[in-house]
Amino acid sequence: MSTILQVRNLEVQYQTPAGPAQAVSGVSFDLASGEFLAVVGESGCGKSTMLFAIAQLLTYPAAQTGGQVLFDGVDLSSLDDEALRLRRWRDISVVMQSAMNALNPTLTIGAQLADTCRAHTDWDDKQIAERSAEVLAMVSIDKVHLSSYPFQLSGGMRQRAMIAMALLLEPKLIIMDEPTSALDVVAQKSLMRQVETLRQKLGFAVLFVTHDMSVVSHFSDRLAVMYAGEIVEIGATREVFDRPQHPYSVGLMEAFPSLLGAAKELTGIPGNPPSLVNPPSGCLFADRCPKVMDECRKSAPELLANGPHSVRCYLVNPKARG
Amino acid sequence: MSKTILKVSNLTRTFRVGGFRSRGTLHAIDNVSFEVRAGQIVALVGESGSGKSTIARVLAGLYPPTSGTIEFEGATLGKRMSRQVRGRMPMVFQDPFGSINPVLRVGHALQRSLKLHRSELSKTEREQLAVELANSVGLVPGEEVLARFPHELSGGQRQRLGFAQALASNPALILADEPVSMLDVSIRIGLLNVMRKLRDEDGASLLYITHDLASARYVADRMIVLYAGRIVEEGTTEEVIAAPQHPYTKLLMSTAPDPRLPLGGSEGSDDLGEPPKVIDPVAGCRFAPRCELATDECRTKDPVKVEVSVTHHAACFAVKRQS
Repeated sequence: MSTILQVRNLEVQYQTPAGPAQAVSGVSFDLASGEFLAVVGESGCGKSTMLFAIAQLLTYPAAQTGGQVLFDGVDLSSLDDEALRLRRWRDISVVMQSAMNALNPTLTIGAQLADTCRAHTDWDDKQIAERSAEVLAMVSIDKVHLSSYPFQLSGGMRQRAMIAMALLLEPKLIIMDEPTSALDVVAQKSLMRQVETLRQKLGFAVLFVTHDMSVVSHFSDRLAVMYAGEIVEIGATREVFDRPQHPYSVGLMEAFPSLLGAAKELTGIPGNPPSLVNPPSGCLFADRCPKVMDECRKSAPELLANGPHSVRCYLVNPKARG
Repeated sequence: MSKTILKVSNLTRTFRVGGFRSRGTLHAIDNVSFEVRAGQIVALVGESGSGKSTIARVLAGLYPPTSGTIEFEGATLGKRMSRQVRGRMPMVFQDPFGSINPVLRVGHALQRSLKLHRSELSKTEREQLAVELANSVGLVPGEEVLARFPHELSGGQRQRLGFAQALASNPALILADEPVSMLDVSIRIGLLNVMRKLRDEDGASLLYITHDLASARYVADRMIVLYAGRIVEEGTTEEVIAAPQHPYTKLLMSTAPDPRLPLGGSEGSDDLGEPPKVIDPVAGCRFAPRCELATDECRTKDPVKVEVSVTHHAACFAVKRQS
């Protein structure tokens, strides 16, 4: 399988009154075509900022301060607005967290789908109408809703309409920022299953961000765990779930109650993430880590391969000195 | 058995919807009856549109019921609630960012509640109590947290403040409307533990409203499953989780995301359907259009309550046929 997206040492800073905050630091990963990579982490860990940086959507006070985003070998961060415009929707589409805010409330779904087609293709009205009905059918929405306004659709349907729009021009990569977080469990599962079925059929790659790793546990090929702007663990999804190695990933796994087995007391992860303006020296997770050692506070560990997945922790890689 | 604090009987709330040509009546909750006993956490579980938040709002006095009665601490509630009743049954809201005044210190939110509902206390007593309340929900050290402004608190801390505020009015029952759904998964468990502590150590009763069965199982003693404004199943938490009866409860169980479970129910359509908006309803089970077991009986008659055990009931013809 060919690599479609290469992220190399991506750095993003926010300008704040207290100084620059390092929201994303040294993030690198590859995404193969047709692959589903999920990124999980708490609020404020930089996961959405990272997506915005990859999609070249950062605006002041955030800016990319280093690294490269190579899509099909071209560094997106070096392209001008017009060159990016040509690639958006065609090569990369983005599905945002809140479909209610992403859709225009004053236009019908059909008009919004047609807008995207007119901006990026020379299709005539008939082709546009055909393609619009086709993509809506893919996400199980009847084509009568082409003439519906967003408020006439339920939350789950709006989110699926966004995915239909993302599919219009058959992009190679779809970036999804917590598309399920406003939905309840049944709609969540419908949506995830549809994304998976469509991915199998159309072969696009998915980069999916969520704070709830249980949502992606059965769908993603690989899973990256982010903490304080860094990837702390990345590997095959089942591997990371069954054998989490970083103490933060272990904590996340233990954080949600289950319907299975005996009821037991859970603790979660006490404490808060560190300041990104004045980060502590050493491992950023040290203050919350139940297994912290002296060397964790002295220098920051590096992300190193350990068997099937990579981990940023001295416990797992005693020689991971930066 | 502990005494009953809240007894809801045949509660119905309808809303008028639509314009003048297509006017209809939306049945948000339809003939719902349940009880909450002292020292219990009862979970109301259902999807968006199941009527669970409408129940909380009717109980909190935000809308009057269309019909039915609410008995609270032995007295039937009237159309307007006294401040005293509101204080005995406070509500914790879903959105911790919208429910706290951002320009006043955190301590003010608590002091205000204490002043209104515990006016017998002196100023120093109130200040002391505010710190104690903050500590009891895990906002430690209390003095320091109360001196901060809301923007200095994280979402989890804000929601803890919501519980402290509810406790300040000396409640008999706390209504918690999706208190953790806007929080990160890693923070949720801390709040759920606060709810358990309030029950186990402080003897509080809670009505926990959620769409997340797993968290309901974690905190609740009893579970009430709502669908399209009606109770479809209710029972002790372990009975409902171990042996769900109603096809809708089974659907909810199978869609609860859990990495420890195999991916169930992958056969059939990807579209699992949505709950209906119940406008001008006719007789019949409201789950029938989504139900594989539905028969003509289900489509034409309202299901009756079937006793699975003394503490476990379901409203379903299929369950009745089996028993």
